[in-house]
Amino acid sequence: MRHHHVLHVIAKLLLPFVLLFALYVQFHGDFGPGGGFQAGVIFAAGFILYTIVFGLENARKVAPMPAVRVLVAAGLLLYAGTGVAGVLLGGHYLNYSVLAGTPVAGQHLGIMVIEFGVGVTVAAVMITIFFCFAGREK
Amino acid sequence: MLSGIYSLFAAAIFVELDAVDVAFTEASVGAGISTMLMLGTLALTTRLEKIPTYMPILPLLVVVATGAALIYGTLDMPRFGDPNAPIHQHVVPRYIEDMPKEIGVPNVVTAVLASYRGYDTLGEVTVIFTAGIGVLVLLGGGRRERPGGRRAGGRGGPS
Repeated sequence: MRHHHVLHVIAKLLLPFVLLFALYVQFHGDFGPGGGFQAGVIFAAGFILYTIVFGLENARKVAPMPAVRVLVAAGLLLYAGTGVAGVLLGGHYLNYSVLAGTPVAGQHLGIMVIEFGVGVTVAAVMITIFFCFAGREK
Repeated sequence: MLSGIYSLFAAAIFVELDAVDVAFTEASVGAGISTMLMLGTLALTTRLEKIPTYMPILPLLVVVATGAALIYGTLDMPRFGDPNAPIHQHVVPRYIEDMPKEIGVPNVVTAVLASYRGYDTLGEVTVIFTAGIGVLVLLGGGRRERPGGRRAGGRGGPS
């Protein structure tokens, strides 16, 4: 893929919009369609596009495997930790009403945080799986 | 390729049924990532099936029995779209009526997924996490270079 200038330029033009759209889907999931799952997958799709066009070696420099592996667990921990935080603040597990001043604000905050956790885990797992598949020689 | 087309088609059907969130997931996961991973698997393995050396009678029996049990389980379910089904009598009105003052999020799907059914979503994320860990364990994840690495410059770096 070294001489495909058109592909390189188009991919570079496209990538910011893919990632921005993923973030939009992530943080706008409470108003429009979308949420953590979809955002994570779109974010990972951006990385997959980068990997296909620029090669696995460059992609691993952008997303080093140790960092991605940490993110795989971090998202799930963020989700479960939000539940634990609710318990510590005197509520039920995964009931976000106690997280902020009013129950509605707490629910909103909790949903945002856990959706972010979902997005992080999904994106990291998809990137991991794709890197594993792509890095394996026949 | 066919599964990707099928998923895109299914996504169009979901949009037609006003299930935009599901359509979104189907289009991104089903048509995008799954197809990608399927092609990756095909590139890793071969295209042709190995001819089995035995007749898989026992697995066939297990699959048929499980399928029959599942179909039997659907027999006493309410008809599709039946307004008198328990779900439309109990939880759906509860969610739609109380959600604005309990959660205050405009998208009811997000409210149900993330708050009312938070345990289920936690389970789903755990499933994805487990899948990722499984692939890491099975395919090595590129952490350790294979002993006597076949290609020196193949994948360097700290990864």
